[in-house]
Amino acid sequence: MRELALHILDLLQNSAEAGALRVELGVEEDPENDILRISVGDDGRGMDEATVRRVLDPFYTTRKTRHVGLGLPLLAAAARRCGGKVEIESAPGVGTKVSADFRRSNIDRAPLGDLPQTLAIFLAGHPGLRLVYRHRVGPRDLTFDSDEVSARLGAVGFDHPLVADWVKGYLSEGLLNLQKG
Amino acid sequence: MKSLKELDQIREKALEMTRVRQGQGLVKIVVGLGTCGIAAGARDVMAAILDELSKRGLTSVTVSQTGCVGLCDQEPLVDVIKAGEPRVTYGRVTPEVARKIIAQHVINHQVLGEWVIATKEA
Ligand SMILES: Nc1ncnc2c1ncn2[C@@H]1O[C@H](COP(=O)(O)OP(=O)(O)O)[C@@H](O)[C@H]1O
Ligand SMILES: [Mg+2]
Repeated sequence: MRELALHILDLLQNSAEAGALRVELGVEEDPENDILRISVGDDGRGMDEATVRRVLDPFYTTRKTRHVGLGLPLLAAAARRCGGKVEIESAPGVGTKVSADFRRSNIDRAPLGDLPQTLAIFLAGHPGLRLVYRHRVGPRDLTFDSDEVSARLGAVGFDHPLVADWVKGYLSEGLLNLQKG
Repeated sequence: MKSLKELDQIREKALEMTRVRQGQGLVKIVVGLGTCGIAAGARDVMAAILDELSKRGLTSVTVSQTGCVGLCDQEPLVDVIKAGEPRVTYGRVTPEVARKIIAQHVINHQVLGEWVIATKEA
């Protein structure tokens, strides 16, 4: 994938497909230690140990429409290409946490990409789900909790185009401030 | 500075748009956002659709997402479902094609034949 944001979207969709009601997205940029870490944690149906072990194998999927899984092996390959790795913790009935580490300065590392657009679109597709997004760059951080937005919107959902547009603008501005410090 | 306070205005505007909805037939659009769809550009297709709807003030259209439906080599996939009409599936949709789907199919009832990969009677 051309952007890490697209891998993030794929992970978020996995969580939603696993029936998660709450998803936590973490992005940590640590320039000092040259690490970029992405993590997605959810309270979805989870996986047993045997499944977790097989899930990084491209020929494993529980879906019926296609015989190979793709998302997690692609992410693992992207991380490996730039000196990183993917870890999965999961427990049936409890949830799943996927973390991916990348060498931040590695030339093979895809750019983070358009995260604001990505999250606006994820939320538009899953209006009932709570997303808590934390992004850290060195000592500074940003937190976005979709419940705070929902509380103001009342009956209007994240799938309303005006709301999607606002989410995109709000996060773009937040990230810009975060990056410039 | 953008703030959560702006949401109060957005809520009112959105509710107002919904009030003028009556008279327009409801349309459902479904975008495939599984791994293959995402890798093929579905995020930007969905963004173009939402943008076009907001520019045109169309509130009679709902947009939802689906995962892999097994047509991975045809992604990004966009389905248009209008009451009483066959369900139309478009394949290899780009953001530009997505905007045309809104202008021609959703608004003017003209299916974009060259991009259709399947139709299914309602
Ligand atoms: N967050 C999650 N919670 C529970 N199961 C998951 C999660 N993420 C992935 N899985 C399981 O791992 C399988 C492989 O995932 P993935 O590599 O993304 O391919 P795909 O989603 O196309 O099947 C999924 O079919 C699902 O069974
Ligand atoms: Mg997946």
